[in-house]
Amino acid sequence: MNASSPVSLASNALVNTFFNWDLIAQTFPRLITEGLLNTLIIAAGAIIVGVVIALLAAMLLLSNRWWMRLPARIYVDVFRGLPVIITVMLVGVGLPAAGIRLFGTDPFGYAILAIGIISGAYTAEIFRSGIQSVDPGQLQAARSLGMSYLRAMRLVVVPQGIRRVLPALAGQFVKDIKESSLVYLLGLAVGQRELYFIAQEEVARTYNSSPLIAAGICYLALTIPLTYFVNHLDGRLREGPRPESTPAPADPDLPDTPVAASGGESR
Amino acid sequence: MIPTTGEEPMSSAAKAPPASAALRVTALSKSYGSTTVLRDISLDIQRGETLCLIGPSGSGKSTLLKCLNLLERPDTGDIWLGETCLTAPGTDVDAVRARIGMVFQHFNLFPHMSVERNITVALTSVKGFTRERARSVARRRLDEVGLAAFADQRPGRLSGGQQQRVAIARALAMEPEVMLFDEATSALDPELVKDVLAVMRDLAQGGMTMAVVTHEMGFAREAADRVAFMCDSRLAEIDTPDRIFEGAQHPRLRQFLNQVL
Repeated sequence: MNASSPVSLASNALVNTFFNWDLIAQTFPRLITEGLLNTLIIAAGAIIVGVVIALLAAMLLLSNRWWMRLPARIYVDVFRGLPVIITVMLVGVGLPAAGIRLFGTDPFGYAILAIGIISGAYTAEIFRSGIQSVDPGQLQAARSLGMSYLRAMRLVVVPQGIRRVLPALAGQFVKDIKESSLVYLLGLAVGQRELYFIAQEEVARTYNSSPLIAAGICYLALTIPLTYFVNHLDGRLREGPRPESTPAPADPDLPDTPVAASGGESR
Repeated sequence: MIPTTGEEPMSSAAKAPPASAALRVTALSKSYGSTTVLRDISLDIQRGETLCLIGPSGSGKSTLLKCLNLLERPDTGDIWLGETCLTAPGTDVDAVRARIGMVFQHFNLFPHMSVERNITVALTSVKGFTRERARSVARRRLDEVGLAAFADQRPGRLSGGQQQRVAIARALAMEPEVMLFDEATSALDPELVKDVLAVMRDLAQGGMTMAVVTHEMGFAREAADRVAFMCDSRLAEIDTPDRIFEGAQHPRLRQFLNQVL
């Protein structure tokens, strides 16, 4: 086989289009110095906005008064049902056009808000299902000690509920990181460009897709460790903290101490 | 060992009229939809008295107990804790609940907290204790039920009997005026029951006011001052253990005792 055979040419073109190492190497410094941080800011902002909205919405969804559930239900159904691109455009272009310039002309704020609103709708359902899965006896026990409903929820029920849905929550955070790229639709100034925006500029300039591969690697470098970190956390919480201390001391009143079936077996 | 709680100051007791009970229930009724679970229940529990509630399952005794601290809302009727009417509009129910301890069938310890934190969480958040003060209370209460060595463990690592003793310590740490026990030993393996009953018996002898829903007829006979028999959502009989267990008149009570004894 020599280098000019048609098969070889085609595969060269294929490799060159996606894995032009020179281009990838050229794009990386800007991705790392500018894009990564901006992506992280948008994603982290959206996650925080989403979690705050979701906690509130989940509490409303769990209310036994229909008029408290209703607004939360509508919010969740609407923003889970709309295409992400429509929400981003409505918030990022629509709001400023209507004179509601919450963040001036800065697309960052609108992007964080839009993705946070979407994320909140999904996260609210995740929280609701987690909180609902907590044994009602936990709330009863907390209330019997004199805690108010909100205090009992905050100290006893919600922490247990969230622990149960950590994997689902991690999936949602991964989605938020990916969707931060939609800020592209709103246009960004120099210095504000996130991973996808930078890659897209390079693609437009070179007509080669390798920069997208570079940006993709950056996204994976964020999302995959996040997933594994949360799964690790989840496992630890399930099994309880590692017995760095001594194992449970024997009860002097009991000849042999049976391990409760409800607790996680220590390994 | 449980210390006597008799010497504790009971400020409300001093002001209460002599006839007033620690806990008073008047004409209480409750139904779920068309099913009536409690029918016109009236009941006094005197200070220092241990009242055992017995009866067939579904007779309403657990619901009655949960009405006593308003975990269940009665439809009609009033509940008085000393001079405080729980069912009056505007009553701070959370504050009243802090004066009533409750122990549940399934312990209901908080699994995400250490044993010690299970006890201190209400002391710090409801009673406003400092961490140090709450911790010393928790250690003392755990010591009393023989579980001080488990303070830093998660409840899931303890046996059922140990968990229930922690739950009792958690309730007692709030220094309640009344303790409610909702089938506290029903979920336990037989060999673990006696430890929990021993703690409850000490508590009764120490002068605690207690309402105990139980299937342990031996405990009711020995530790109770009075026994109430419930059936068909009604309080059918209430009398001393001797008269309930030896001289049962009510045909349903006789039938029930024949089945369980």
